[in-house]
Amino acid sequence: MSATDSERSVRGALREMVTDSDLRMIAVTIAAVYVLLVGVAFYFDPDQAVNLSATYIQSVTIFIGGYAMLTLALNLHWGYTGLFNIGVAGFMGVGVYAMAVLTAPVNPATAGATPGFGLPLWAGLIGAAAAASVVGLLTALPALRLRADYLAIVTVALSEIIRLLLNSQALSEVTVFGATFGTGGASGINYAGPSPIIAGTLFDTLAGPVTGALLAVGVDPRTWGIRPSNFEGMIYGVVLLVATAGFYWLLFRTGNSPFGRVLKAIREDELVARSLGKDTRMFKIKAFMVGCALMGLAGALWFGRGGFTSPTQFRPNITFFVFIALIIGGAGSNTGSVIGGAVFAGFLFYLPQQLGTVIPQALPQGAGAGDIAAAVAALGGGDVLPLVGYTVSNISRLRFVAIGVILVWLIQRRPDGLLGHRTEPASSIDINQRPGTGGTDGRPAAADGGEERE
Amino acid sequence: MSEPDSDAGPVEENIPEDVDAPDIEEAEAQDSDVEEAAKHVPSSIPLRVRDLRKTFGGITAVDSASFEVEEGTITGLIGPNGAGKSTTFNLITGVYSPTSGSVTFQGQDITGLQPEKIANRGLVRTFQIARELEEMTVLENMLLAPRGQRGERLITSVLPGLRSGVDDQERELLERAWDTLELFEIDHLAREDAGGLSGGQRKLLELARALMTEPEMLLLDEPFAGVNPTLEEKLLDRIHALREQGYTFLLVEHDIDLIMDNCERVIVMHQGSVLAEGPPEEIRDNDEVIDAYLGEEI
Repeated sequence: MSATDSERSVRGALREMVTDSDLRMIAVTIAAVYVLLVGVAFYFDPDQAVNLSATYIQSVTIFIGGYAMLTLALNLHWGYTGLFNIGVAGFMGVGVYAMAVLTAPVNPATAGATPGFGLPLWAGLIGAAAAASVVGLLTALPALRLRADYLAIVTVALSEIIRLLLNSQALSEVTVFGATFGTGGASGINYAGPSPIIAGTLFDTLAGPVTGALLAVGVDPRTWGIRPSNFEGMIYGVVLLVATAGFYWLLFRTGNSPFGRVLKAIREDELVARSLGKDTRMFKIKAFMVGCALMGLAGALWFGRGGFTSPTQFRPNITFFVFIALIIGGAGSNTGSVIGGAVFAGFLFYLPQQLGTVIPQALPQGAGAGDIAAAVAALGGGDVLPLVGYTVSNISRLRFVAIGVILVWLIQRRPDGLLGHRTEPASSIDINQRPGTGGTDGRPAAADGGEERE
Repeated sequence: MSEPDSDAGPVEENIPEDVDAPDIEEAEAQDSDVEEAAKHVPSSIPLRVRDLRKTFGGITAVDSASFEVEEGTITGLIGPNGAGKSTTFNLITGVYSPTSGSVTFQGQDITGLQPEKIANRGLVRTFQIARELEEMTVLENMLLAPRGQRGERLITSVLPGLRSGVDDQERELLERAWDTLELFEIDHLAREDAGGLSGGQRKLLELARALMTEPEMLLLDEPFAGVNPTLEEKLLDRIHALREQGYTFLLVEHDIDLIMDNCERVIVMHQGSVLAEGPPEEIRDNDEVIDAYLGEEI
């Protein structure tokens, strides 16, 4: 009895250490991704390990930031309000293209390139959020009258319509009231991207002074062999994480408020919310527009970072990846959304992709079988190497099989995701504390045996 | 106990009378027999239903139902299965819109309005099968209900400068929620998910939640279905106490004895229309009602 007690308290203490602060949980998850990737770099390529680690860290951070932002936005739709939006890619596309058209130069240097409005980056980013929210409104007006499953059909169709529109030659260049602009059709559009503008400028201004300061204390960063583009990438990764924090702050306040309480009630039972006098249609439209604006902004910051975009970036698979991240993290939890985004981007998406590159290089030449039949045939002769080689060289495709397996397992074993079981009370104040009692014990109700469910 | 406002009390002015007068005349011409029973119209009639009719395809669920509910009473709506009680409820509260007929609440026509509009006028309902919001805690359920919450505006909830007003209101509402939960003796469950409550506790929560809206009148759809006798007693006590504070109740119920013992007035529905209306002792001796309940053709 006492043994189990102490065991439980040790486990409880450990769990508390990792989980007591949301920020710490997120930091631990991201740190775990970094540690694994740096480990991979040092194990498989010791000569280039430092630069390879930097490459890994900068690109995985950008993935994590991108997925975390999109998952947070989707959590507002699906996790909080129960709106089954599977058109995430479409709303991202609207955002990225709005930024592209607004910021592309009026007179492009390259002949034949699509001209835009030549506005500064901040106008492009605001335009991205605004355009996506307007498209969200246009979708919401008819579609939110429908039942949840029909909303799903409408949104997935809409996202394909958007992609095909962007792809169409008809919109590649149009002149309205003397202003010439367009989407560039299938060949895409060039503009001044946020990554070169923000991270590039930061790198140029910081590189000199920081190097000087490090040299002064006897450290020479130039000997690390890290390429400047990796520094720039890392800076932009931090920019995306800061943007994620902004998303989190906004959605936390949206959710933990009387507004969020109505959204939760809509998810649970819309007729009850209406019978209590809530104009649920307005709440749904607002929530849908805010989520779409954030998807557009996330798309502009992430997919649109490099200064070029084309319609092929906005295939529906990105929507499903975001859903997987949300299911992993736990729909309804903002912290869960960020962790889900990090786990998906780091462990399920990026890591297997990189392993698929480095492991075949480490295997003996020609170890991998050309196809699965040859690999299985070799097993008969007791030779496992062809199968291993085949598996790892196809890992970037096979990871989707793995993602499917993990999803099935997760839904059976932990349908709420990693953090979906958590209650984030929908109020702007701590409602578990009864006003006026002043006690520090937040949970006197537990004494009534209320805890036995779990 | 201090909680339910005395504002909601019976001291309502008699707006309905004048406004509605022509309507009544018209209706009386059509079903004067029903009107006869309710001739002694007292001071105030918050809810008036006129010739309400609802067809679903070829089926007429409610057929020219007319009745009224007096201020400060517990009025029972009874009838055999399929009499159209729940449909009538849904027509009054805007869940369905009527094929024809009208519903007047406090002198204003609310026929066919959206459920939220009707609720916001102070006519609040509960459901036959308690529809608590399962994955929200009891307190969240309670705090959802109040009308006119500042924090329901997105901007006010999000912007730092405006949020302090929201917090103040939340603290007020929280205090009121706790008081109401205490009144219904379910305050020990405040932090539980509503989905974990027993059937009877859910019924209590639904009534408590409806009270949080500070309604003018409550419509309770089978509030005692699936409730054990002890809890039923408790629920009845609450309803009587609230009536004494001036609340008006219309309740749909199967259990004829329960209605007869607890209601000042009874409306009997049969095959979609109102068969009889009056005080319990009158209804008890009404042959038509007895026939209807014995299942005989009238």
